[in-house]
Amino acid sequence: MTVSLFFQHLANGISLGALYALIAIGYTMVYGILRLINFAHGDIVMVAAYVAFYGAAMYALPWWLAFPLAILLTAGLGMIIERAAYRPLRGVPRIQLFTSAVAVSFLLENLGIVVFSGRPKAFPRPAFLDKPLHVGDVIIISYTPVAVAVALILFGGLLYIVHRTKVGMAMRALSKDIETTGLMGVDTDRVIMIAFAIGSALAAAGGILLAIKFPQINPLMGVVPGLKAFIAAVLGGIGNITGAMIGGFLLGIAEIMIVAFFPQLAGYRDAFAYTILIALLLFRPTGLMGEVEPEKA
Amino acid sequence: MALLQLRHVSKRFGGLVAVNNFSTELQAGELCALIGPNGSGKTTIFNLITGIYRPTEGEIWFDGHNITGRRPDQITRLGIARTFQNIRLFSGLDVLGNVMVGQHLRLKSDPASAVLRLPHYLREERAMQRRAQELLEALNLAHLAHEKATALPYGQQRKLEIARALASNPKLLLLDEPAAGMNTAEAEELMAFIQHILEHFKLTIFLIEHQMRVVMGICPRIIVIDYGEIIAEGPPATIQNNPRVIEAYLGVGTYA
Amino acid sequence: MRTSITRNRILTVLALAGFVVFLVYAQTNWDAYRLRILNLCAVYTIFAVTFNLIYGYTGQFSLGHAGFAAIGAYAAALLTMSPEQKAANFFLAPIIPLLRDVEWPFLPALLVGGTLAALASLLIGWPALRLRGDYLAIATLGFSEIIRVLFVNWQRITNGSLGLKGIPDHTNVYWSWGAALVTIFVVKRLVDSSYGRALRAVRDDEVAAQALGVRLFTHKMMAFMLSSFFVGVAGGLMANLISTIDPKVFMFFLTYQIVGITVMGGMSSLTGSLVAAVLYTVFLEVLRPIESPFDLGPLHIPGIPGMRMVLFSTLLLLVILFYRQGLFGQREFSWDGLLNTLARLHRRVTGLWGRTPPPSTVEKGEQ
Repeated sequence: MTVSLFFQHLANGISLGALYALIAIGYTMVYGILRLINFAHGDIVMVAAYVAFYGAAMYALPWWLAFPLAILLTAGLGMIIERAAYRPLRGVPRIQLFTSAVAVSFLLENLGIVVFSGRPKAFPRPAFLDKPLHVGDVIIISYTPVAVAVALILFGGLLYIVHRTKVGMAMRALSKDIETTGLMGVDTDRVIMIAFAIGSALAAAGGILLAIKFPQINPLMGVVPGLKAFIAAVLGGIGNITGAMIGGFLLGIAEIMIVAFFPQLAGYRDAFAYTILIALLLFRPTGLMGEVEPEKA
Repeated sequence: MALLQLRHVSKRFGGLVAVNNFSTELQAGELCALIGPNGSGKTTIFNLITGIYRPTEGEIWFDGHNITGRRPDQITRLGIARTFQNIRLFSGLDVLGNVMVGQHLRLKSDPASAVLRLPHYLREERAMQRRAQELLEALNLAHLAHEKATALPYGQQRKLEIARALASNPKLLLLDEPAAGMNTAEAEELMAFIQHILEHFKLTIFLIEHQMRVVMGICPRIIVIDYGEIIAEGPPATIQNNPRVIEAYLGVGTYA
Repeated sequence: MRTSITRNRILTVLALAGFVVFLVYAQTNWDAYRLRILNLCAVYTIFAVTFNLIYGYTGQFSLGHAGFAAIGAYAAALLTMSPEQKAANFFLAPIIPLLRDVEWPFLPALLVGGTLAALASLLIGWPALRLRGDYLAIATLGFSEIIRVLFVNWQRITNGSLGLKGIPDHTNVYWSWGAALVTIFVVKRLVDSSYGRALRAVRDDEVAAQALGVRLFTHKMMAFMLSSFFVGVAGGLMANLISTIDPKVFMFFLTYQIVGITVMGGMSSLTGSLVAAVLYTVFLEVLRPIESPFDLGPLHIPGIPGMRMVLFSTLLLLVILFYRQGLFGQREFSWDGLLNTLARLHRRVTGLWGRTPPPSTVEKGEQ
């Protein structure tokens, strides 16, 4: 493999990783606070892509209006799901909460099939993302740096919120001990809802990038990226926001590189992430940056 | 030889030292109390003995076996049973069922014989049921055998948890704050009850208590810890007047 | 006490005999379409009962049913198909010699399918069952997807995404309901044994169960492997019923349906799983017309494909949120329960007719 080809693949992997990272953050935030794998998170990605599609293609809005609007609406959807399907189940065994998440996911996918129809749709791709850029011998399309920049900017904003604002402080406190934080006068329900809004907004950004990358959308498009992003979150140490970001990029790069170096394995590409997950579960269940959480007796 | 030995056991969580260089011995038949202020590391010591945590340093020996780092179920099999500070009964099982889970570890029949209800399984099952009934009778819970365990009044849940622990035929019983949430009269009754089972079941009992007064009357030996270290050890009379003990308790303002 | 046990035994035998008579009647008189639904009822019953074993009784969330069913289905299909059928199917690449000439009877093929599924569950349970319940869900779902990816890629074993056509239609109501009854029998006997108590203890409180000497991993693994074995068998029954399979049949949607059926029937109620599986299968057929266009008076309503699943998943969510115990909760069918209910109904009816005792005292007398 030539050096330039290597960098070509690397760029490809990074742009895929940006996607996973954006989606992974929502998983890790919700898990950190509620110890819930928000199974419907992948389907949020799908809804965002469709909303952006309807905005841009059907109502002919310019992309700079359609995309933020889609992100906003998806954040609202995340809040609605939290309010309707998760909040009523505070305090019941966790397996019930998770069952609810599976049901929400199932419902969103089925609604997607009925409302958007099962047939894939072509996603309108803003022209400025298709420009080839020459960096030495390497040719990358302008989508790549844009995707990475979007991910990094949003990630910076998130870090600011989590570490510099009151809501962020409350979130961190909630992830340590939800009950005590509530007793200290923090409106836990509100903070949880904001966490869902932020997680969903980031996933929506990821969903739009995903739709642009492949430029095709279908009602089940969120499932596999969703699962992989969850694996990225586990890889980075679930509950750890920076870990989710790093895990996302690592997974994206690994996926592209394995296919690049072993083309005969291309058909198995979708199985890599799960294999990584199983290896992680076997050897390092806390992920790369996770802490061991002592079981309370 | 001592039944239970903790040799220089330490447990650290990250930078936090929960238990520091803890050594003690329990002789067979002994009733010993472990007391100390909240957060002094009492429950951590129980979790170390029962294998929920692995000691950072030191060794734990039980009945001639080095049990350091063994799994909780393996340790229970060797003869250590415990109760929990926050009662942990099985909500999906009735009172009798809860006790019978405690006997499951002695079951010899395999799952296939259990499914086919082969004679040797049925014999074991009947024996388990008989023994569970006996235990419930011994603890005055027999009339509640088919009640939902978590629907029992608090005091009886505590007793049931002890019955369940006894069902595994332990040599050593660890009781984590058995009198928590009880008033003085109830606590005294419970202590008399503990004395009773100590003799009746020929046990060794190690119990955690938060209030010193509760254990004064029945425990010949008391170990006091603070910040994970032993600060006093001996019969109640000497413990009571130990200045370090008084300080530890006054320091948190819960001297009782 | 004794007499009621004897009475219940007699009633059980009579009910089973009645059911067998019904099966014989159905198999000889019903048309292919209705028989297919009756068979599917049995297959979904196995799916739901086995999911209940791992989810309802053991408290572990496995999303691997589709994958394990796929293993059983492909194994049974490949072992029962004739060499000629296989040759016709594998036109892109020839089938591996090991499988080319085998043509087994149905029973060993089903058992091999079940065994392979159980072994697969051992493979995935090994890392995943040591962790908390929801990790198992992701790991098994991932595993299920790996199985699908492998089956798409193993052209010479599975015929890839083309799937297998012309699988012999061995499955009849005797096979399907026979397997369902065996599954119910085994699972029911297991959960009512000392092992079942241990499983429930693990479900309710792992820490306490382990402190009582229950080997967590061994018990979870036992439930998981037993569950997967029967799922594999059910997969085989399904393959030899629908006679055409491809990897798409075993997508995660199948697993979600099984989760839904089990939750609606009631966590830890096998009666619930059975009733919900039958209701689900029947309603899915009854509601089929809403997905094709129909006229309502002057109104023409176009068919909306996927509408039934929207209804099903909405209902599922409502059950989880507002009626968590489902149809049966933790209760099981029993003759005593049935007879009591009938007696109560009888009293209420006679009470309504104004005969003694008046209704108010009946209500009081019951409490």
